[in-house]
Amino acid sequence: MTHMIRTSGLVKRYGNVLALDGLDLVVPKGAVLGLLGPNGAGKTTAVRILTTLLEPDEGAVEVAGLNVRSEPDKVRERIGLSGQTAAVDEHLTGFENLDMVGRLYHLGRKRSRERARELLGRFDLAEAGDRSAKTYSGGMRRRLDLAAALVAEPEVLFLDEPTTGLDPRSRIQMWETIQDLARGGSTVLLTTQYMEEADRLADDIVVIDRGRKIAEGTPDELKTQIGGERIESVLATAADLHPAQAILAGLCVGEVQLDEQARRLTAGVTGGAEVLKRFLQRLADANIAVVDVGLHRPTLDDVFLSLTGHSAEEVAESPDGRSEPEAEPTDTREKEAVR
Amino acid sequence: MSSVALALSDGAVVAKRNLIKIKRVPEVLIWTTMSPIMFVLLFAYVFGSNIPVPGVSYREFLMGGIFVQTVIFGSTFTGAGLAEDMTKGIIDRFRSLPMARSAVLVGRTASDIFYNATSITLMSLTGLVVGWRIRTGLIEGIGGFLLLLLFAYAFSWVMAYVGLKVSSVEVVNNASFMFIMPLTFISNAFVPGPLPGPLQTFAEWNPVSAVAQAAREAFGNTGTVPEPTVWSLDNPVAYTLIWIGIILAIFIPLSVRQYNKAANR
Ligand SMILES: Nc1ncnc2c1ncn2[C@@H]1O[C@H](COP(=O)(O)OP(=O)(O)OP(=O)(O)O)[C@@H](O)[C@H]1O
Ligand SMILES: [Mg+2]
Repeated sequence: MTHMIRTSGLVKRYGNVLALDGLDLVVPKGAVLGLLGPNGAGKTTAVRILTTLLEPDEGAVEVAGLNVRSEPDKVRERIGLSGQTAAVDEHLTGFENLDMVGRLYHLGRKRSRERARELLGRFDLAEAGDRSAKTYSGGMRRRLDLAAALVAEPEVLFLDEPTTGLDPRSRIQMWETIQDLARGGSTVLLTTQYMEEADRLADDIVVIDRGRKIAEGTPDELKTQIGGERIESVLATAADLHPAQAILAGLCVGEVQLDEQARRLTAGVTGGAEVLKRFLQRLADANIAVVDVGLHRPTLDDVFLSLTGHSAEEVAESPDGRSEPEAEPTDTREKEAVR
Repeated sequence: MSSVALALSDGAVVAKRNLIKIKRVPEVLIWTTMSPIMFVLLFAYVFGSNIPVPGVSYREFLMGGIFVQTVIFGSTFTGAGLAEDMTKGIIDRFRSLPMARSAVLVGRTASDIFYNATSITLMSLTGLVVGWRIRTGLIEGIGGFLLLLLFAYAFSWVMAYVGLKVSSVEVVNNASFMFIMPLTFISNAFVPGPLPGPLQTFAEWNPVSAVAQAAREAFGNTGTVPEPTVWSLDNPVAYTLIWIGIILAIFIPLSVRQYNKAANR
């Protein structure tokens, strides 16, 4: 068996909302798949189906070589899940939470306890381990939930937005943990809104929108797909925007993106520094003053933007009519802000 | 491990979790055990002197009925607890683990035995204060309490089903009130009878009457009320056990199915 996760033609409807519309995924053993998409794209729905929490309406689902629909119990022995909302019991302490999960994975009394202490240490919760989870901050709960996913050292790990709500230090620690797990042979499917995270962790990326796959490949492949490098330049005066746009149009591949507000021009190019030099020369010839200019490789943000027509953050901030904001996550974020 | 052994061992883990919660939030336990105590006091002092029961004081007669009412009300604790669990993220954790599908329910009904035992103990103490006594022997007395606990256990499965069906604590409390009140009032729980017309027939075959009758006989609180002739009350222990069997046979599978369905939303 070379793949640990495979779905084909996955369809899930909620009333007349088509959450998944024929999704195909394949994740080889030991690989990390980043599942990206704007709010409401169907990421959580896919994770819930793969982790036996939800029955799909159509399609085949296989995890660790097992048919998820007919052998959910066996699948559960092999997977770990950290869902989008932390699944911890707030009346139990961090230790009791992890100990309980270990017992329910049938690790036995002694091993469950050892593992609970070990994970509390690893996730910086050793001190808070004997306090009830109710007293934890949002980020601490999130870490406890991730620890719970790792209790049985599962072969396949599903992480739905694992670093949302974590501070930068915890986020980097989490990345290291995920990288360690992958190096140790675990297969990971993770969803994220942070392109940097996907870039750093994922071997492969699948971008979905409205329940359908719209792009797939390694981070590099995806970046190349939307054009090699990009010239970005900010002008001193808005009046120069259009002449400069014409100059850049003569040098780039594809369209020049214009941001009037920021007086910024962006375009994909295929000649690197040479093109940049020529562009600056022509601007100088036309007496156009430049505030800032640079050549950069496209980021996954650029990829996301060009594929979905909106950036991940933009969508997160102002959900359009189709992607309803989920009550839970907003809720926790608000609570954190209050704290 | 066989599936029954798995359900029991996983159920024990869940039960432990529920008991920890009772320990951390004891207010819930305290307030819900208060109401039966209040019932004993109200009935004993408000109606005590107005309802004549031959050969025994009303207060003593009353206790058997109040015990049944208490364990039936106690089962709403099960329903409310499950309804609350279903709205919490922890249920997703449980459902993604390789535990027995029935463990959440087995654990919940098991931990509620502790809850019922606590309220029966508190009620007995209150009973002793108002003049109730066990007039038989130790064995009969223990038998009476065991039957009450067994009936309570079976009834928790009924309310487990209701709790999963409605999935909201408030609805569980209100809905159960609607059927628990008639169920306990149209019985011999509070008055020796007979009740008017068809209500009497209902009361005679109402399992609540049988449990109350069995408890009174076990504790020796029947006085000189004439021996009931209807089979259900003439053999209250057997009739109660039959009901316990029926309830468990229907509501265990029904609740487990509802759990899987409710959690799949
Ligand atoms: N229980 C539900 N009932 C009805 N519609 C639902 C339900 N769960 C999800 N949906 C809908 O299905 C679609 C996909 O939702 P899903 O939660 O999978 O998106 P997502 O990609 O995880 O989004 P986000 O980035 O906001 O977490 C959305 O349109 C959502 O409104
Ligand atoms: Mg989601």
